[in-house]
Amino acid sequence: MDNLTSYLVISGILFSLGLFGVMTRRNGVAVLMGIELILNAAGLNFIAFNRFGGMHRLDGHVFSIFIIVLAAAEAAVALAIIINLFKNLETVDIDQADRMKG
Amino acid sequence: MSQLLFILIAALTIASAFWVVFSKNLIYSAVALLFTLFGVAGLYVFLYADFIAATQIIVYVGGILVLIIFGVMLTNKIADNRISHSSLPRFMAGMISFFIFILMMTVVFTTTWHTGEVQSSQGTVALIGEMILTDYLLPFEVASLILLAALMGSALLSRKKNG
Repeated sequence: MDNLTSYLVISGILFSLGLFGVMTRRNGVAVLMGIELILNAAGLNFIAFNRFGGMHRLDGHVFSIFIIVLAAAEAAVALAIIINLFKNLETVDIDQADRMKG
Repeated sequence: MSQLLFILIAALTIASAFWVVFSKNLIYSAVALLFTLFGVAGLYVFLYADFIAATQIIVYVGGILVLIIFGVMLTNKIADNRISHSSLPRFMAGMISFFIFILMMTVVFTTTWHTGEVQSSQGTVALIGEMILTDYLLPFEVASLILLAALMGSALLSRKKNG
C-alpha cells in the first residue's frame, strides 16, 4: 500500500472533492474549505513525488512549505473579504455579490 | 501493522473530506476539515516528512481552521447556518468533478512513473533549512513579503470604518 500510486489516488480524491465543494457551495466560507482541500491535495502530491521519485534532495518539501504559507495568506484575506461582504450585504452567499454587475 | 495504520489514516482523510463537502451544517464541515487536515498530516508522517507534518498541524489546524471557524461564527446566526442550494446543479458539478477524477486516475495508472530508490528515513529539518537559505532564498523572501502584505491587507479590510 505504501507506494506512489496510493498517495496519488488519495490526493486525486481530495482534489475532486474540493473541486465539487467549490462548484456547489454558495456560502463563501464553505468555498474556502473546498480550496483548502485542493491545496492539501497539491501538497500531498509534492511530498509523495519527492519521496518515491528518486530524489536526493528535498525540493518537494520546500514547495509544500510554500503552499502552506500561501494557503495561510489566502485564508486570512479571503475571510476578511467575506466578513466585509457580510457587513455590507448581510449575507455570505457569493451568488448575491453581484453589485458590480451591470 | 503499518499497513493497517496507513489504510485507517487514508480512510479517515477521505471520509472526512466527503463530510466537509456534503455536510449541510457549516460547523460540522469545519470539524470534519479538522480530521481531514490531521489525516493529511498523518500521511506526511508516512512519507517521512516530519517537518511538513508538524507545520501542517501548527499552521492549518492551529491557524487556518481557527480562522475558518471564526468566519463561520461571525457570518452566521446560530439557527440558520444551513447551506442553501447550489448555484451550479449538483448533478452537473458531480459529473464534472467525477470526470476530472477519472481523467487523473487514468494518467496515474497508465504512466510508468520514474521511481528511483525510495528515500530512507532521515531528519529533514536541517536539509530543508539549508535549502531555504541557499537555493530557495528568493522565494523565501517573497513569501515573507506576501505574508506581510496579506497581514496588512486583511487588517485594513476588516477594521471599522470611521469617518
